[in-house]
Amino acid sequence: MGKLKHLMAATLALSITVPAVSAADDIKMGALATLEGAFTVLGEDGMRGVKLALQEFDYMAGGKKIELITGSSDASPDSAVRAVRKLVEQDGVQLVIGPLSGSEGLAVKDYAKTQPNVTFLNGSSAAQDTTLRSPAENFFRFSTEGAQWMAGLGEYAYNEKGYRNVAVLAEDYSFPYTQVFGFLEPFCRLGGKSAIDSRFWVPIGNKDYSSVIAALPDDVDAIFVALGGADAVNFLTQYEQSGGDLPLIGGSITVDQSVLGSKGKARSFVVGTPSAGPVSDTWDDPRWKEFVAAYQKAFPDGFPSPSLFAHAYYINTKAALLALNEVNGDLSDGEKKFRAALSKLSFETPTGMVSVDERRNAVADIFLTEVIEGPDGNLLNKTIKVIPQVNQTLGVSYEKFLEYGQVGRENPSCS
Amino acid sequence: MRNFVERHTFWAIVLLLVAVIFLWMIFAVWPDWLVDALGRKKTFVNTLLNGVTLGGLYFLVASGFTLIFGLMRNVNLAHGSMYLLGAYIGYEVADLTGNWFLGLAAAFISVAISGVLLQVLIFRRMANDDLRQTLVTIGISIIAADAMLAIWTGTTYQFSPPDWLFGAANLPIISVIKSSGAAVYIKYPVFRLVVLVIAVAVGISLWIFLNRTRIGMMIRAGVNDREMLAATGVNVQLVFVLVFAIGAGLAGFAGVIGGTALSVAPGEDIRYLLASLVVVIVGGLGSITGAAIGALIIGLAEQFGLAYFPTYGVVLTFLIMVVVLAVRPQGLMGGR
Repeated sequence: MGKLKHLMAATLALSITVPAVSAADDIKMGALATLEGAFTVLGEDGMRGVKLALQEFDYMAGGKKIELITGSSDASPDSAVRAVRKLVEQDGVQLVIGPLSGSEGLAVKDYAKTQPNVTFLNGSSAAQDTTLRSPAENFFRFSTEGAQWMAGLGEYAYNEKGYRNVAVLAEDYSFPYTQVFGFLEPFCRLGGKSAIDSRFWVPIGNKDYSSVIAALPDDVDAIFVALGGADAVNFLTQYEQSGGDLPLIGGSITVDQSVLGSKGKARSFVVGTPSAGPVSDTWDDPRWKEFVAAYQKAFPDGFPSPSLFAHAYYINTKAALLALNEVNGDLSDGEKKFRAALSKLSFETPTGMVSVDERRNAVADIFLTEVIEGPDGNLLNKTIKVIPQVNQTLGVSYEKFLEYGQVGRENPSCS
Repeated sequence: MRNFVERHTFWAIVLLLVAVIFLWMIFAVWPDWLVDALGRKKTFVNTLLNGVTLGGLYFLVASGFTLIFGLMRNVNLAHGSMYLLGAYIGYEVADLTGNWFLGLAAAFISVAISGVLLQVLIFRRMANDDLRQTLVTIGISIIAADAMLAIWTGTTYQFSPPDWLFGAANLPIISVIKSSGAAVYIKYPVFRLVVLVIAVAVGISLWIFLNRTRIGMMIRAGVNDREMLAATGVNVQLVFVLVFAIGAGLAGFAGVIGGTALSVAPGEDIRYLLASLVVVIVGGLGSITGAAIGALIIGLAEQFGLAYFPTYGVVLTFLIMVVVLAVRPQGLMGGR
């Protein structure tokens, strides 16, 4: 027994040290996504985005081999910090791509401040304050955030759809706050209304919406729904089941591929739902079509069309690889050169040019879309309009934008 | 009942009054002052029905959990995984055959078999070692969650029940009377009513099984004193296997019902495990009646919380648990 124990200890020790030795000259890249919990399916697609970018570069950047180490969280901030801490402190990664969800992003940004020698690139997390207020020097977001994603939707709902009074149903955390703010800010400035007591905030992972549906007011023109993943699927089915007939307005992840592509009953009543976000399934542009084709070829078991999670992770990974190429893989001196290259980076993505502002948040094109039924019966988002180069402060100056206040349940008050 | 009225006349009158007010609130057309105080009647009645039907679903899951615990003192933390496994298997079968009821049956049988295997292959080896059994079930639930994620991916699944079970029905309850004099009836999803009917049916069958059959008698005897039951010549191991099969089968069965009413996705295992835990803690570990009462309370608390104060609604469930633990640690119906 004693011998066996020694043997086991030795094997264990070996198995821990071996990869560290062989990988001395590689660049270690950590990728963090929600591979468990309510947002699993979103996290899986995010990882596809990372792999797609790496495959495009043959897992090489700046003359060095890239070693990918994945981490998993469950959309809660503490799980994200735990996973990223493991990637940084145990696996010794030099850069991190992730996380996926809004509040995770806020937590990882705060953690980034304690690790000045590691560079963090966002996954798809889209809470406003990850970069707007007290940003971290080493946290970059080449994907845009929730309020930017809503660009043009408030105006569209007011002017084209003629809605004047909307109810809000959203999950209760930073990303939907950001989305609701992004939608309501222009909508209310034009004269639209959304009473505080007709905004419903439900916890993430809530499955039973029947009571919320019963509590929704009758005297509104539409419901703005900002739910994601399984939560959105549940709401849509139950809304149909209970005979709901108000038109919907979708948040960026409410009527995207991760929801429209789910298995089971067709949700044809969402046809015509307007939404906005960083991607559009049917954008008629060669760059986007090429991206979709590459995605479909690499992941036959993925969605019919890449979701915004695959897209965001792809863009952030690609930004890291391009910057690594530029500095020839030089990550010495606290990764200073690498970060300078990232800050100056401006590159062509499947959805147009992307660059970052002085707080390291992306400026990119946003798509206004509407759900249509595709040729073979699946639901897709049709592009209505492309809003070019949306920045984080939505066109006004940084100081003026800060006056709008922090996003939250009651911002804007809309009265 | 008669006894209760004679002994606690005051409380009986209070209970009766509450029941009458409740019935009035459900069936009468609300006057304006009540609408001002509580919001629309539609919200109230729908929330009430939602709470009761969700309680029915929780009962289906928790009854198996509490049955297994009652007899074997085994806190089966893999119970949620069985729920999810049943849902996935049920989906595959229903999708393949196009028959929802076949899916339901397949889920019950296959998960019951998995329960038997668990009991025979694993738990029997560590009988009388509660802590080890509990830890092993945690391990199993983690492995099962990852295995299911690998097989069925993270996609959300939804069942397609027969058409007559889908859609909404008009209830004979008037919501408001329009100015034109026409009555607006309350609409409610048919399937959720079916969930309630099934839960009640399962509850009654379990009660008859436990109280009116010979095997049920053995199980009850086993709950009270295992050693004594073994000493009377009953094959206790066989009874254990049977109870585990029923408990696990119910979890699988609930998986299809819950997956149809709501949806199936990774993470549901933990959610229903947590719900079952709260239900049996409130109701009392090991008691079927307790599971029914606990499920009803938790279901109602969750739904009223969601409808009337969604932001802090989650707290309500745990608040109830804390109060019960503080006032009556053995649970509402728990003995000892």
